[in-house]
Order: sequence, then structure tokens, then C-alpha cells
Amino acid sequence: MGILEVKDVGKRFGGLQALSNVNLSVKENTVHAIIGPNGAGKSTLLNCLVGKLIPDTGSVMFDGQSVLGRAPYEINQMGISRVFQTPEIFGELTVMENMLIPIFAMRDGAFRMHAYETVENEREVIEQAEQMLEEMGMADKRHMHSASLSRGDKRRLEIAMCLSQKPRLLLLDEPTAGMARADTNNTIDLLKQISDERDITIAIIEHDMHVVFSLADRITVLAQGTPLVEDEPQNIRGNPKVREAYLGETA
Amino acid sequence: MDAILLQILNGLDKGSAYALIALGLTLIFGTLGVVNFAHGALFMIGAFCAVTLQKIFSLSYEVIDETQTDFLGNPLKVKTPYVESWFGPELGAVIIDWSVPLAILFAIPIMLGVGYAMERGLIKHFYKRPHADQILVTFGLAIVLQEIVKYFFGANPIQTPPPAALSGSVDLGVALGFDPNAIIYPIWRLVYFLFAVVIIGGVFSFLQFTTFGMVVRAGMADRETVGLLGINIDRRFTIMFGIAAAVAGLAGVMYGPLNPPNYHMGMDFLVLSFVVVVVGGMGSLPGAVLAGFLLGILESFASTTWATTTIPGINQIIIYLVAIIVLLTRPRGLMGRKGVMEE
Amino acid sequence: MLGLNKKDTSLLIIVALLTLLAPFILNPFPADSAMAQFNAGYPDLMQRFVIFGIFAIGFNILFGLTGYLSFGHAAFLGIGSYSAVWMFKLLSYNVIPAIALSIVIAGLFSLLIGYVSLRRSGIYFSILTLAFAQMSFALAYSVLSNPKFNLTNGETGLQVYADDPQIFHREGLPDLPHLFGLSMRSTYTLDVGAWSFDFNAGYYLCAVVMMIVFYLAIRIFRSPFGIMLRAVKSNQQRMNYTGLNSRPYTLAAFVISGMYAGLAGGLMAAMDPLAGAERMQWTASGEVVLMTILGGTGTLIGPVLGAGFIKYFENIFSKINDSVLHGWFAFLPDGMEDFVVAVLHPFVGKGWHLTLGILFMLVVIFLPGGLVEGGQRLINWIRGKRSGETDKPSGKTEPAE
Repeated sequence: MGILEVKDVGKRFGGLQALSNVNLSVKENTVHAIIGPNGAGKSTLLNCLVGKLIPDTGSVMFDGQSVLGRAPYEINQMGISRVFQTPEIFGELTVMENMLIPIFAMRDGAFRMHAYETVENEREVIEQAEQMLEEMGMADKRHMHSASLSRGDKRRLEIAMCLSQKPRLLLLDEPTAGMARADTNNTIDLLKQISDERDITIAIIEHDMHVVFSLADRITVLAQGTPLVEDEPQNIRGNPKVREAYLGETA
Repeated sequence: MDAILLQILNGLDKGSAYALIALGLTLIFGTLGVVNFAHGALFMIGAFCAVTLQKIFSLSYEVIDETQTDFLGNPLKVKTPYVESWFGPELGAVIIDWSVPLAILFAIPIMLGVGYAMERGLIKHFYKRPHADQILVTFGLAIVLQEIVKYFFGANPIQTPPPAALSGSVDLGVALGFDPNAIIYPIWRLVYFLFAVVIIGGVFSFLQFTTFGMVVRAGMADRETVGLLGINIDRRFTIMFGIAAAVAGLAGVMYGPLNPPNYHMGMDFLVLSFVVVVVGGMGSLPGAVLAGFLLGILESFASTTWATTTIPGINQIIIYLVAIIVLLTRPRGLMGRKGVMEE
Repeated sequence: MLGLNKKDTSLLIIVALLTLLAPFILNPFPADSAMAQFNAGYPDLMQRFVIFGIFAIGFNILFGLTGYLSFGHAAFLGIGSYSAVWMFKLLSYNVIPAIALSIVIAGLFSLLIGYVSLRRSGIYFSILTLAFAQMSFALAYSVLSNPKFNLTNGETGLQVYADDPQIFHREGLPDLPHLFGLSMRSTYTLDVGAWSFDFNAGYYLCAVVMMIVFYLAIRIFRSPFGIMLRAVKSNQQRMNYTGLNSRPYTLAAFVISGMYAGLAGGLMAAMDPLAGAERMQWTASGEVVLMTILGGTGTLIGPVLGAGFIKYFENIFSKINDSVLHGWFAFLPDGMEDFVVAVLHPFVGKGWHLTLGILFMLVVIFLPGGLVEGGQRLINWIRGKRSGETDKPSGKTEPAE
């Protein structure tokens, strides 16, 4: 039984069947990649997992509980953190403040009226944030406005924010899209390090084969809204069905 | 039946004004993505175009008429407008009488110019700023424009009568087969409504049947793609802003005879027009027109003695009440498109 | 001190000194001099400074932190005033229950209006609040002032009449709003040479209240809750995916700012026991927006400065007429003098709103951080430093991406 179980999920937009019969099982403490050509339904699937979309059919279970019908913040509180395709951070706030928010969210829940306390007195939270920044090699940037960070650093910060919540499942949506090769390799190293050192499950949606084969323990290939194969990376490479799906795209 | 019809008719003039202002607001919002709080001021400027023209036409010089005497026995000084001396007394009098409709010609270049200047001088710098900033700067501009008008024209409403031939009322009831006197309707309201229909029809056919309009519509749907085609969309949008300004201005020109213009009429209409736009659906032109007329008519029904005795003051809150209900039940308004202003 | 860091403590002390010494600071000119008309140290105006300061501080908690632009906050101000006057009518002229009730009632209304309006964001939110405020205005102006059920007394405005119950009113208490017997109108005038300074009980009540709510605003700004509100403004998407529900945060901010507005309204009635519907009109809501932006959105001191600035110039600028202008420019040759006066004429006196509108546009265009940003730039320029980062939220200096 995987930590994330997707059963028979289908989603329709008007005349377009975006997803049909999607079955997926993500095992705990693995890196599971979902790949597929453009329009294969990767993003739709992801949005169904995090509460942005509700599938028409099927079920999505996380750790034995259904996530369907829950708001994104509730799903996050269950232990799923999401990294976006373009880094979503709090641009007007400093790096440190960015780090405090997820930690407060983890400690205090979805809402708490802590309006009379002072941030400076929240020693424990600040320490956690500092430690995480240290681990990510961003400690020297703690006072910077996060909007002025480089793109690579924004990505790093976003991952740090997600990790600081100690999520059980980290969802990444094309984390290297639009990155230069060097940045991409850095990100791969970072993710490898995370999956090696932490007790964490990673599900990654990716377009870039290089990233997928460097990271994944298991790969699901999605084509036209439905899973084509699910297997280990070395078996995916030679699979004729997969080649066809991708060649079909390039042709 | 005739009572219902009468209320519908009564709602048409305000409805027309709402529809015209809301149409312009929606054009600006749809094309430029700007929330223009100064749009009411454009309506007001239009009304004051009519006031100005009327003043220009009535510019007079004094002649001493030896044939008449005043009560002291002195020769009577008679004021003669210049137009009368240029075009002869009869044609001159007609021109003065028809100054409001003539102001349409006067207002079109002025409003296009004002719109152009506004867009190039101010609004274009705000495309990339948050909507709140756009609201704020156009709100400031609205204050400035209305204070300028107040400075030149004073704070009191100024009478702008319709041409004599179009003042007074007609008995529409007879024409429609009801009893005489059942539906007495002021002619100018009818004129205003027809005028609004013509303008609205004009704008829609312009957008529908000209290449220019097609590009603008495409730009409203997807600005970036149209920009990529090498079409200078910005320039067209500037012109669109001018047109939207002219629509608001014309709505104002013709509104004078219904309600004497004053400097804050724009603000009064603006709030309601925004409500209209939101009810119609942000970014939907047909929605703006439909909602404009609907709310105008609704307001008219709420103003009947029956309604106001049942719920005192209902006429003053009905539009807001409807707006709140619509916004909460149909967030995109009556005819709003998906993806517009949904952050 | 008081759980604030050094910088905030000194800010609080400066504000406290300025408000307490305002009767001196605002009356720098001798009472009989030609410049005396620029003195702003008379009770009525000073009261307005701090009352609108409170209003703007509260508005800034909503708009400055969360970015939700409400165009309907004057409704809460009006509701506060009505509640206070009702307390005067029913209980007594003591201001304490009146102000307390105005905060509570405004809080309840803002809970209701906020709950509904905050289901939408952006321009929709602004329009919804605008619609609610205009509706409240219409309700107060006509709907709720019919003979059967007269809650607001319509056009005349709600006021205290001799036949009102005033059940706790006793002989010997002032027939005006008072604080346990101390009339809000009582003023001690101190004459020092040619100068004259007014110390008014009502003003000091407002000033103390303002210091308290300013202190609370600092606490909110520096709290985890404050960071959450700024997160709402910065990126709601990230917030929701970080396990935070932004709705209750924005609602809390809305209610807090509504209560601030109600408090301001209550104080207004406490200074002058009258409540009228025009206080609720959307132009009044626009005014607090102007104050906050002009002073500096999202900064602590900005709204207070903005409120003071606008109220000062509203009173002083509008008093400048042509003869004053002629007096100033008498040194110029005649033709020049008339020309200068003619040029300035539209901007002063009744034309004050024109000046305000232009000023406001200039601030929005060139100085999104308002007077506070202007001041900082000036200081940095004087120090010859390049503007460094500050720990204040920088308002909206960067265009949205």
C-alpha cells in the first residue's frame, strides 16, 4: 500500500477527457516521477492531488485518508507540500519571513489569531527557520527581499519552505522548467540530497528526461490522460510504447 | 399592464445612461485591463460640452433698439446672440434651440482628444501596476477633473433644455393601444433611449464588422497572441480608449435635458456604473448593456409609490442589493467570461 | 519597552510626544499675528487630526497589510457615530459606554459585511464594499428614518433631545458628552506672551485613545498574525498551499479595521453629539483611502501623517482667499501680483480639493510609498547614501509581474 493511492481518477473539461482511469501508487520514501508529452494530463492530475481540482470519478487517498473535496490548505496540513513550476514565494517579504510562515502554519494550524505576540520572541520558530536556511546554504541571504533573489535561489527557498513543514509527501511540478543546464543539475543534486537524507516521499512531474532518469525510483508514463506504463527507470527507456508516445509528439 | 409598461419606459433613460457608461468601462477594462474610476468624470465632461456649447451660442452683444423703450422710457437694450446676427435671427434661434443635439458634434472631437490624452498621458503608465493603483490614480484624476469643471462652471446644476420641438411629452398609451393618458412619456427620454440604442449598435457593429474591431476583440480575448502577430495592439487600444471616452461623453451630452448637469454627476453615476459592470460580468460588453437596462428598469419599479410605501427607500438600495446577490451567487456576473479578473 | 523593540519604542514615544504637545506644536504663531490663520491648535481641528488618524491606522491594517482595498469603510465610521449617539440618548452623556458600543456595533457590522465581501478579491471586493457602504448610506439616510422606525433621523441627523430617556443622567453632570463629569468641551487656555494655547479635554481623550490604538497597531504589525496578513497581500496561492486559510486572516483584519473605524466614529460623536448619514457616503470612504496612500500604505506612521496632512490643509488651505494671496505677493509689481494670484486662485480656498486631487495623483504615480517614502528618500539623499532596505514593508513600490 503506497502513501499516495490514486484509483480510477477521471476528469473532463467540456468535451475534453483530460484524465481517464488513472491509477497510481506512490510508495513511501521513494521518488516517483510522472512523465508524459505535453497535454498528457500531468498538471490536471497534480491539481487533483492538491485540491485545486476535484476529479469527476475515482478516489485519491493519502495515508489512508481521502483528499477529495478538501481545500489546498487542508491537504497541506495533512502532510503534502507542493513546489510550483515557477517558484511561488512571498515576494514582498524577506527570506527569513518567508521561512517563518510555513513553520507557523505547521505549529499553529490553518488560522490562529496570534496578533499580540511578537515575532522576535518566537525563538523556537526562528531557530528552525535559520537551521533550514543553513542546510540550504541560504543563511547569508536571510535579510534579503525574496523578490530580489535569483531564480535558482527562489526555487531553493520554495523547497526550503516546503521542507520546513516536514511534509510526508513533496510534490514537484516541473521543478527545472526554464532553467539553464547548470541550474538544472544543481536542482537535481539538491533533490537527490533531500531524498537521501530525509524521511520523505517525492512525487515529481517532469518533462525533462534527464531529470527524471537521474532522480526517479519509479516512473509512470502518462499519455492522453491515462497511464501508459509504470515501471523502474531502466525498463522505461526501452519500452516501445513510451517511445511511440514521445515520438508521436515530435513527429 | 400599462402601469408595468410605464415603469419599464421610466427605467429606460437611466438604464441607457448606465448601459452607455458601463459599455465604455467594459471596453477599457477588456482592452486595456484598467479599472477606470475616472469614467464617470468623462460622462460629466460630456454633459458640460453641451453646457459650454449652449453658452457659446448664447454669447451676445447689446444693441439699442430705438423702437422700444423700457419702463423708464429709455431706449431698450436688446441682447442679440452672435449666432443670430451671423445666421439671421431665424436660423440663429434654431441653432440656439438645438444646442444640445448640436453638442454631439462638438463633443466627439473633444472627448476623443480627452480620452487620447488621458490614455497616453496617464493610463498607459499603469498597465503593469496593480489594479488597486489603477483605481487610485483614476480616482485622483476624477477628483481633479470634477474640481476643474467646478471651478469654471460653479457648483450649481446648469439647465440645458432640449430643443422646443423635443420637449414636452407624448401619449404613448394611445399609440400602443392603451387608454389615453395611461402612458404619458417625455419625448426627450425617448430620444435619449433611441440615441443610446444607436450608439450601442454603432459600437457593436464597429467591433463586429471592421478589421479594426476584429483585432480589438481578438486583443480582448488574448492580448499577447495578437501582439505576437505583429499587430500594433497598443495603438488600437489607445483609439479604443478614445472611443470609450466618446461613448461616455455622448451619454453625458444628451443626459443634460433629463437632469441639469452638475460637477459631481459623474461620481454619482460612476458608482452605479461599476455595479452595473460587475452585475453584467466584468469584460462582457453585452452583459454591461443588458445589466444597465435591467438595473435601470429595476430601479424604476422600486421607485413606484407601491414599492416605497411597502419598503421605504427601497429605490435607493435596490441596485446595491441586487449587485450583492448577483456577485455572491454568480461571481462572474450575468454574462461574465471565465478567467477575467479572477486572481 | 511594552514588548516593543528599540525602533518601535522610539516611534511610539515620538508619536506620544507629538500628540501630547500638539497644542504647542500646532500653534507656532502669535494669536494676533497675520500668520495666526495657519495655527491649527484649536480643539476642533486637533480632535479631527487624531480621530481621522485612528480611522486611517485601522484602514491601513486592512489595506496596507492585506492589500484588500475597501471603498466602504466610512460605513463603519457612521455606524460608530450612530451607536454612540444612541447611547447618549438612552443612558447618559458619559462617553465610555458610547465609545464601547460604537466599537462593538461596528465590529459586528464589519463581521457581517466582511464575511460577505471577502468571498471575492481584487476589484470585486472593492465594488462589494462600495455597494455595501452606499447601501448603508441609503439605509441611514432614508430607509431607517421613517416615523414607524426611526433609527437614524434621516437628513437632520441623529441627536439628543430633551425628552430622551438618558436614564443615568444626573443633576450636576454637563449637558454635553463628558467623561465622568469632565466635559469634552472644557478647554484650558494658556496665554504666554502673544501666544495662546488651548488644552481641550476632548482632544486629550482622543489623543490617549489614539496612542493606545497606535500601540496595538504596532503589535499587530510585528506579530506572526501581521506577517500572515502581509503574506495574503504577497501571494495567496502560496499561502493556501502552505496550509494557511487566508479567509479568516483577511476577515480578522477587516473586522479589526472596522472596529478602528467604529471607534473613530464613536469619538467623533463624543466630541460633537451628532451623527449624520453623510459620514457614510463613499466619498468619505475615499477620504480615508487618500489619507492612507498619501501618508504611506503599509507603514506604521504613514496613515497618521496622511490624516494630519489632509485635515490640516483642508482647514488651512481652504481659508486662503484672494486677499490673503494679495497680501503674500504684495512685494511683486502690480501686474505680476495679479497674475500670480490669478494662477494660484484655483488651487486654494474652495479649490482645495483640486490641489488634493493633483497631490494624490502625484503620490500614486511617483511616490507609491507616500510621505513616509518621500521622507526616507529625503533623509537618504541628505546622508548621501543610496537608499538601503528598510524593515518596513515597502508598500507597492514594485509593479506586479
